[in-house]
Amino acid sequence: MSNRTTINRREFFSFLSVGWITFAAAAGGMASLVFRFLYPNVVFEPAMDFVAGAPSDFDDGVDERWKNVFGVWMYKNEGRVVALSNICTHLGCVPTWLPAERKFKCPCHGSGYYANGINFEGPAPRPLERYKVSLDAAGQIIVDKTKIFRYEKGEWTHPDSFVTA
Amino acid sequence: MSKDSFAQKVAKTQVWKSIFRHGPPDNARNRAAVIAGNVFLHLHPIKLKKSGVQLGYTWCMGGLTFFVFLALAVTGILLMFYYRPTAEYAFNDVIALREHVPLGIMRELHRWGAHAMVITVWLHMFRVFMTGSYKPPREFNWGVGVILLVLTLLLSFTGYLLPWDQLAIWAITVGSNMAKATPFLGHGGPGANLAQIGDFIMVSDKNDVRFQLLGGRFVGEAALLRFYILHCVFIPVVVSVLIAIHFWRVRKDGGISAPL
Repeated sequence: MSNRTTINRREFFSFLSVGWITFAAAAGGMASLVFRFLYPNVVFEPAMDFVAGAPSDFDDGVDERWKNVFGVWMYKNEGRVVALSNICTHLGCVPTWLPAERKFKCPCHGSGYYANGINFEGPAPRPLERYKVSLDAAGQIIVDKTKIFRYEKGEWTHPDSFVTA
Repeated sequence: MSKDSFAQKVAKTQVWKSIFRHGPPDNARNRAAVIAGNVFLHLHPIKLKKSGVQLGYTWCMGGLTFFVFLALAVTGILLMFYYRPTAEYAFNDVIALREHVPLGIMRELHRWGAHAMVITVWLHMFRVFMTGSYKPPREFNWGVGVILLVLTLLLSFTGYLLPWDQLAIWAITVGSNMAKATPFLGHGGPGANLAQIGDFIMVSDKNDVRFQLLGGRFVGEAALLRFYILHCVFIPVVVSVLIAIHFWRVRKDGGISAPL
């Protein structure tokens, strides 16, 4: 009883503010940890780059061999091979290649694209995007989906957007 | 002195009196105590105005919405006994719920309930607006109601993916692309290019809000699991808390809408 120390009003409030600042910092740290928790370090999705094969492996026109795994159409025309994104530029569905009509047709809202990716019908506002392609030492095409080339920005003339067969 | 009836004997036992702390509701004080002494009923106003029980005035739309929400909780929990939120099982489990599980209408009840709840929430909001019940002192409760409306729509949106058919996947692909267009936080939105240091893009498809929502770059198995958790646990818990606040504020702000 007699050993009890007393604190005055000013000291009480300084202790109180230290307590609240500690609590706020802990709560903020916890909230940011939860936020980070929701971003996984590894996602089990197909790789963003892959070896597509030699330019001579492809015939002229649209090739669908990588569509299901990597979401890419290879398109060869006039000695150039490009990698077309299979994501519709309207709202992000996946169009279908119709060989008889030689066009990509999106089942969601009816956007249509020519084989080279240029849109010509439906609500699509711009052509399909192309991915970066390059040749490795063995002459194989490397498709890199992290770099995109847009027609409307004049990027399809960029040397990284096609390989010469 | 007449003998106690059986009901009177029960009412005098310690068990009964430990549960019900008030006497029989045969006077105004005890009737108020019935409401105030019950954890569920005390959210309800102790006294009602006559207009509060007129169907033509309230349409009972808030009550119907709550009823539908309870029905959705019950049918939803029952569906969880059969549904597995994985790419391998989800679609087959939804088919099995119709073809192989007794009472194959259970999923349809849940789906119809979801449609009904959106309709009743909208009609409730319409009624509240037309009777001017958003005016002070009820403006806070209008705000709570707007959040509940948004959460109702988010419940519908997250539930839409769970059948895991073509319609679900592409509808959620289209819907979640809206998150891609969030200013500054989505990699396709305005201002996303501002957060770029040299060649390093800070807001990309692997760290923006859409990635956080889907748990990946596209609507895949991670998105299915995330939407399942949001649909079955996270949003319903938040909605339940807000419904309690909503009802409590009806009582505190002067009861069911009527001229004050």
